[in-house]
Amino acid sequence: MTSTIIFWLIAIIIMGSALMVVLLRNIVHSALFMVVTFVGVSGLYVMLQADFLAAVQLLVYAGAIAILLVFGVMLTVRGDIKYSNLFNRHKLTAAVVSLGLFLLIEKIILSSDLIISNKPALESTVGPIADAMLTDYVIPFEAAAVLLLVAMVGAILLARGEGKPQ
Amino acid sequence: MITLYHYLILGGFLFCIGLYGALAKRSAVAVLMGIELMLNAVNINLLAFNRFLNPGEVSGHVFAIFVIVVAAAEVAVGLALIINIYRDRMTTQLDDFDWLKW
Repeated sequence: MTSTIIFWLIAIIIMGSALMVVLLRNIVHSALFMVVTFVGVSGLYVMLQADFLAAVQLLVYAGAIAILLVFGVMLTVRGDIKYSNLFNRHKLTAAVVSLGLFLLIEKIILSSDLIISNKPALESTVGPIADAMLTDYVIPFEAAAVLLLVAMVGAILLARGEGKPQ
Repeated sequence: MITLYHYLILGGFLFCIGLYGALAKRSAVAVLMGIELMLNAVNINLLAFNRFLNPGEVSGHVFAIFVIVVAAAEVAVGLALIINIYRDRMTTQLDDFDWLKW
């Protein structure tokens, strides 16, 4: 079946590139593989029939956040770029913790029985999302808007540095 | 046939990779990358639950949009903090951020 093949293809791309993000030693390569992960996740959203979220994922994550992280790398890295993304001394502990958490999550997921609904998915999600955002979720929506504004002003103030009138 | 469980386990796997990156990396920017992976895993879960458990509504989508908003705000502020600390300490290695201990 086509959708099964596509799912496994996307899943392999996501898992492989996410592992690359963590395991590579060059932080620029990590950032590039992170873009691959985000594009893969966007493909997964298309499979889940979330068309608006897939577009947002591409624009915000693969576009803005990845570029922002590359900027952060460019502005701060010193020394040899080939060894800019090393592990700290908690490498093994962190591996054990993450693996344990994964096994726990998997066990919980497989032992839960969820009631799958057989209703068809929405044809287009843009209109319903707009309706929900401006009726049921209008206060969280405004709060998120204020949060974004405050975060951007704060980020500019922090990055500009203090005590230097410009 | 791809079921909800496939998506949930993929999300769990991505979350654990992100957690590993956030815990085991030296560079502060790499830790931010790990956190972004974790947030993406959460979004996959939200959308998968929405698709399979309640496909007639979009509450999962709205939650995912809020997660994306918070992620964008978090990465902007985080990078600004890192750049500011870098200006003071000339390093982005988390082990060197030790003002509170001596």
